[in-house]
Amino acid sequence: MQENLPCESLFTPTIIHYDRPIMTHQIDPKLLDILVCPLTKVPLRYDAARQELISDQAKLAYPIRDGIPVMLVEEARTIKE
Amino acid sequence: MQNDILIFDRNRVRLNRDRAARQSRKDGGHHDFMHDWAVRALMNRLSDVKRDFDLALLIGATGSKSLLQQQKIGTLIQMDLSAEHLKNNIGEHVQLSLQGSEEFLPFAPQSLDLILSPLTLHTVNDLPGALLQIRQTLKPDGLFLAAMLGGETLHELRSVMMDAEMNLRGGISPRIAPFADKPQAGALLQRAGFNLPVIDSEIITVTYENAFRLMQDVRFMGEGNAILKRDTKFTGRDLFTEAARLYHERFSGPDGRINATFEIIFMIGWAPHESQQKPLRPGSATARLADVLGSTEIGTGESTGT
Repeated sequence: MQENLPCESLFTPTIIHYDRPIMTHQIDPKLLDILVCPLTKVPLRYDAARQELISDQAKLAYPIRDGIPVMLVEEARTIKE
Repeated sequence: MQNDILIFDRNRVRLNRDRAARQSRKDGGHHDFMHDWAVRALMNRLSDVKRDFDLALLIGATGSKSLLQQQKIGTLIQMDLSAEHLKNNIGEHVQLSLQGSEEFLPFAPQSLDLILSPLTLHTVNDLPGALLQIRQTLKPDGLFLAAMLGGETLHELRSVMMDAEMNLRGGISPRIAPFADKPQAGALLQRAGFNLPVIDSEIITVTYENAFRLMQDVRFMGEGNAILKRDTKFTGRDLFTEAARLYHERFSGPDGRINATFEIIFMIGWAPHESQQKPLRPGSATARLADVLGSTEIGTGESTGT
């Protein structure tokens, strides 16, 4: 993964390799229960097949990547009717 | 939770943290000393609390491994704006890792027993809003423990960058974030509805070989400039050289190393619960203060509310 870095950075571009696979594990359903949509604060629906947490009210689907729920509005998929 | 006055570019905050996490993987994370220190300081304060916490949230994954030894915590959830930081800190000690923002907490009301925030709240745009959400997420009698960078932080760098920019460019641009100070932190905790708030702060002085080392460390910590109105043009090396010269001139010790101040403000607050101590209703006293002190009461002329 090559990164484009803004010129103000002191870093030189680097290539990142993950030398070990990132652990994916089943998320405890009890913990999924306390997650809500960060925007509307309503409970989410878990779509195990798509690995998404769905906020029906906000029409947003929050992805679960490598076992990590991504609860950021800017990363969510907008659900079209 | 809309706020028209945005100070921080949250995408930039996330990028900075991602980059710091990658740096940490490369060099073993020794730049994270301030975060590690903050986590340990919060653990110290937690060890003074005589109760256990079933479900705890750590905001900011850096240093989550230090919480391994914490017997008081049942289940630990870690949340970070940066997926890279989470990847660095995944392990048996944490039951759920999630990417999320302090500005929009993704937790149900009254769902958590403990929320820990080591050095993450100084880059939120709406601190009152973030604190309110934290309080609402806590169960009654839930505890909030936070460490936040305070107003004295990097005051040396702030002043020399300002003077260097004034000398060379004839104007200034924001380079060091504005930080809350201690009295503000106390007021904010109360405004967010926390009970029994306690605020204290510690000043930490770190010495560096020169200002360049300091600036590099700040970036490697993931705390590079994320001010929305920052100067995004290339900053010439002459400006940093001038700032480093002024820094050395004004803030160096006898050994030639420069001093950098970090102020860490600790905030402790409890979500309200009827079991907590509270002041008595005025006029509900059963003994006279004068009797206790063995002196004569001098009345003010007002009737007491008996």
